[in-house]
Amino acid sequence: MDKVQTKILNCIMCPMGCELTATMEDGVVTSVKGNSCPRGEKYAKDELTNPMRMLTSTVRIEGAALHLLPVVSKSTLPKGKILECAEALREIKAKAPVKVGDVIAPNILGLGVDIVASRDMAAV
Amino acid sequence: MNKIYDIIIIGGGPGGLSAAKSAAENGAKHILVLERDREVGGILQQCVHNGFGLHHFKEELTGPGYAQKCYDLVKDMDEVEISVDTMVLNIENKSDDKKIVTCVSPRNGLQKIEGRTVILTMGCRERTRGAIRIPGYRPAGVYTAGAAQRMVNMEGYLPGHKIVILGSGDIGLIMARRMSLEGCKVEAVLEICPFSNGLTRNIVQCLNDYDIPLYLSHTIVGIKGRDRVEGITVSNVDDSMRPIAGTEFDIECDTVLLSVGLIPENELSRELGVAIHPRTNGPVVDQHRETSIDGVFAAGNVVHVHDLVDFVSDEAEIAGKFAAIKATGNAKKATLDINVNAGDGINTCVPQHIRLTSGEDESVRLFMRAKSPQRKVTLHIKDGDGEVMKKPLAIVKPSEMIAVDIPAAKVKNIKSDITVSIEGAK
Repeated sequence: MDKVQTKILNCIMCPMGCELTATMEDGVVTSVKGNSCPRGEKYAKDELTNPMRMLTSTVRIEGAALHLLPVVSKSTLPKGKILECAEALREIKAKAPVKVGDVIAPNILGLGVDIVASRDMAAV
Repeated sequence: MNKIYDIIIIGGGPGGLSAAKSAAENGAKHILVLERDREVGGILQQCVHNGFGLHHFKEELTGPGYAQKCYDLVKDMDEVEISVDTMVLNIENKSDDKKIVTCVSPRNGLQKIEGRTVILTMGCRERTRGAIRIPGYRPAGVYTAGAAQRMVNMEGYLPGHKIVILGSGDIGLIMARRMSLEGCKVEAVLEICPFSNGLTRNIVQCLNDYDIPLYLSHTIVGIKGRDRVEGITVSNVDDSMRPIAGTEFDIECDTVLLSVGLIPENELSRELGVAIHPRTNGPVVDQHRETSIDGVFAAGNVVHVHDLVDFVSDEAEIAGKFAAIKATGNAKKATLDINVNAGDGINTCVPQHIRLTSGEDESVRLFMRAKSPQRKVTLHIKDGDGEVMKKPLAIVKPSEMIAVDIPAAKVKNIKSDITVSIEGAK
């Protein structure tokens, strides 16, 4: 017997927040409606099978005017690993100068995703 | 010292930087950006989360990343000069093409600078506990969400460990996630309205992801603790937002973050004599973002609080362009001045008026906020003769600004004041 389920979810790929209606059969997403761009369809499929999130946080930095450097994951990470990644970033210390996009924590927790600087930070 | 600037821009956040870029591209030769902080970028520097830039730069950026992009676009322009650590104290309107800006900085002391035009891009600031009158003692541990955000993201301090957030605007929601990522426990987010005032995506990824409860139609009726916050008393509220007796309950916490609205920062504008709109709390502007004073323009959160920085940049580019046209003596005289009124279902609409010049008028983008959340509505724009245009909208929410373009062909046909309204599905 096919188990057909309809799930309503809000796309979080951008601030538009499209309301998506996804149909699932036997754990596989068969159709997505309500999205206004292709990212919505991908989001619904990922969210219902393997939810992923971007991570933004800060790391300590030495030698800059500020104490903290904002960082961002180069791509999405498994939702269930986000808190662990944030914890790992608390142990890291960067050193000024830093350029936007510089890798600050390569391959975080072995998940294959680099954490990079969000902005330039000059040495003082 | 006797240099006369084409444009002096007050504030070097995304609004000011975007205005500077656009002004340079539209013929202004001498543009000065005055910024009071030690670097440009404004509030974006503490908004370390992502989600910025999809509309304006067609890529997803963090706040600091967006600020970096705005800065990189102007830093090598010969036309643009940036002065940081500079606080503007006063702006005087001497004549249509002579404005005097008084400012102070550690480097240059007190200065008077002359400009042909001025663009106001001072942004907004947060409402505080005083603004919403929460009863109770005044213990340590009550912060505005933005102040806490600066502590956590730029200065390296945690404001506390067990957190309650009042207000479900975007800053409140973002801070709920941020505090969770830093190992704090966020006990609850409380919202006095029956709906959230934040973007849907933020409810999903900042609250639902971390199992943080959102209490709608609830508010804080008491803060406990003398030296430090020890807890709060919460109450359900009725339709008029009054606490309902008997519904109170307590939540233990050491910190309360307030995310209870933003106020455009218009002290300088008021002193200058710019007309301020009572609903937006920002300058009344035309479609070019010119205020009630000739040669004074305004854009971004100082005009009306935006939910997307992308729209701030778009608006600032308009202001920059038309300030440049004005400063270089190429502005056309308007032949008709039309008011744009907020009708049924619309809380605010910017611009508040449209100045038409005969012949070549461009399309006009209206930014509106709905009064309440509704599905499947029609937006009507009517003048004295009837419908100018209408547009069906799948969903409207007070938290998400509605942007609608009136095409140039239709702008040309407008003969009298227009009213924008929302009509529900029949």
